[in-house]
Amino acid sequence: MDGNMEHFTQTKSSARADTASAPIKVDCQNIDVYYGDKRAIEDISLEIEDRSVTAFIGPSGCGKSTFLRCMNRMNDTIESAKVTGKIFMDGANINDPAIDPVLLRSRVGMVFQKPNPFPKSIYDNIAYGPRIHGLASGKAEMDEVVENSLRKAGLWEEVKDRLQAPGTGLSGGQQQRLCIARAIAVSPEVILMDEPCSALDPIATAKIEELIDELRERYCIVIVTHSMQQAARVSQKTAFFHLGKLIEYGDTERIFTNPEHGRTQDYITGRFG
Amino acid sequence: MPDHIVTAFTDELEHLSANLLRMGGLAESMIMDASRAVATFDLELARDVIKRDRSIDELEVEAERAIIRLIALRHPMAGDLRAVLGAMKLAGDIERIGDLCKNIAKRCLELTGDENRAAVKGIERMSRAVSHQLQMALDCYLRQDIEAAKMVLDMDDDIDDHYTSLFRETLTYMMEDPRQIGSNTHLIFMAKNLERIGDHATNIAKAVYYMVTGEATTGAKVESRLADDEGEQR
Repeated sequence: MDGNMEHFTQTKSSARADTASAPIKVDCQNIDVYYGDKRAIEDISLEIEDRSVTAFIGPSGCGKSTFLRCMNRMNDTIESAKVTGKIFMDGANINDPAIDPVLLRSRVGMVFQKPNPFPKSIYDNIAYGPRIHGLASGKAEMDEVVENSLRKAGLWEEVKDRLQAPGTGLSGGQQQRLCIARAIAVSPEVILMDEPCSALDPIATAKIEELIDELRERYCIVIVTHSMQQAARVSQKTAFFHLGKLIEYGDTERIFTNPEHGRTQDYITGRFG
Repeated sequence: MPDHIVTAFTDELEHLSANLLRMGGLAESMIMDASRAVATFDLELARDVIKRDRSIDELEVEAERAIIRLIALRHPMAGDLRAVLGAMKLAGDIERIGDLCKNIAKRCLELTGDENRAAVKGIERMSRAVSHQLQMALDCYLRQDIEAAKMVLDMDDDIDDHYTSLFRETLTYMMEDPRQIGSNTHLIFMAKNLERIGDHATNIAKAVYYMVTGEATTGAKVESRLADDEGEQR
C-alpha cells in the first residue's frame, strides 16, 4: 500500500496564510468588543491586505459589522461598547488614545447599507469632507476633487450636468455610488463597506461590484455582505465569523470550493442549524 | 453532515447520486453480459446489451439536466459544488463505459464462434477484473470513501497488464493461423475497450477523491499514466 501516497500529494496550505502576498494594511490583534456585559467579539486576530478586497461573511449577529466598525473606531460612538486589543494601521495602533478618531475616519472611509447622502446638492455631498479637512484650496481645486471622486465612483457621466441637483434625487444605486464617491473624496486608504448592496437591485449591485473591483487597485477594501455570491465575486480573501469568533480566514477561492472548517462548510452550503 | 435548510436541495442532490448509481449498475451488468456473450457465443445476449446502451444514454441526459438545474437554481458551494461537478464527470464516464460495452457486443456479432478458447477466456477474465474495478469505484462514490478510491487507482495497473498479455497471446494465435486474423482482431479491440473502461473507472475514483477532499489526485504515477493515455489516443 505504500505506493498509494504518491497519487495523493497534499497541496493544502494552512488556513491562516493561504498565499504569501500583498503587504498588510490593517493588523488586528486580539480584539474583544463588549456591549455592556455581552462579549460580542471574542479575541479576533486578523491581517488585512492592502490593495485587495476582504469579505466578512457570517450569520446575522455573528459580529462581522461590529468588527468592521472597530477599524474606524465607530464603536466609540456607542455608549455601552468597549473595545480591547490592538489594531495597527501602517504600524500605528489606532486604538491609542492619542489618535484623533475624526482624522482616523478620514483615512478609513465607510459606506453603509442604506445610501445616506446628505440633504444637499450632489456637488456639496462630495465637497463636504474635503472642505472640513481642508483638502482643497479654492474653487478650481475643489471642482477637480469633486470630478475625480465622481469619476472614480463611476458616477460622473451620469451626473455631470446636474451637480447642483439634490443628492437625494438620484436612484438608489446612484446614491450608493455617490456615497462611495463621498468616501473617496477625502483620499482614504481603507474603505469599509457594510452591506453596500443590500438595498439595491441586481444591475445597481453589479455596477457597485465593478466599482469595488476597480477601487481595489488603489485602496484596501473590507466589505461585510450577506450575499455569499457577492463575497465570492468581489473579494480575494474571505473571513467567516460565527458567534463573535473568527472561524476561518483564507483565499476566497478556497473558502468557497474547499473550506477547512465544518462550520464554514455548513454556512456557505446553506446547512446551518 | 446536516441537511440543507432548503430540503428540496438535499432531495435533488440525493436524487442525482441515486440516478448515477443506477447508471453505474447498468454499466456494470453490461460489462459482464457483453463478455459472457463473447464467451458463450450468445448472440441474443449481445443484441440485448446493444439495446441497453440506450437506457444509459437517457439517464445521462437526465443527470445532465438535473446538474444544470442545480447549478442555475441552487448555486451549490464548497462540498455541494464539488459533488455537482463530480457528478457531471461521473455521468460522462459511465456513459462512455456504456458505449464501450455496446462496441464489445457489436464485435461479438462479428465472431464466428470458433475463436481460440484461451483468448476468449482471457476476455472473460479481464472483464471480471474491470467490472470489479468499476464496482469498487461506484462503491467509493456511494460511501464517499477515499481509501477505496486509492485502491481503485492502484487496480488500473493490473488491468493494463491483462491487456498487454491478451494482446501478445492473440498475436501468436494470429501468426499460427492467419485465417483467424479477422476474428482475433475483434478480440484485441474488445480487450482494448475493457482497458478503456478501466480508465473510466479510474476517472470515477479520481472524481470521488476530489469530491471528498477538494484536492486533485497528483503525483508522478498518476501523471505519467495520464501522459501514456494521451500518447495512445494520438
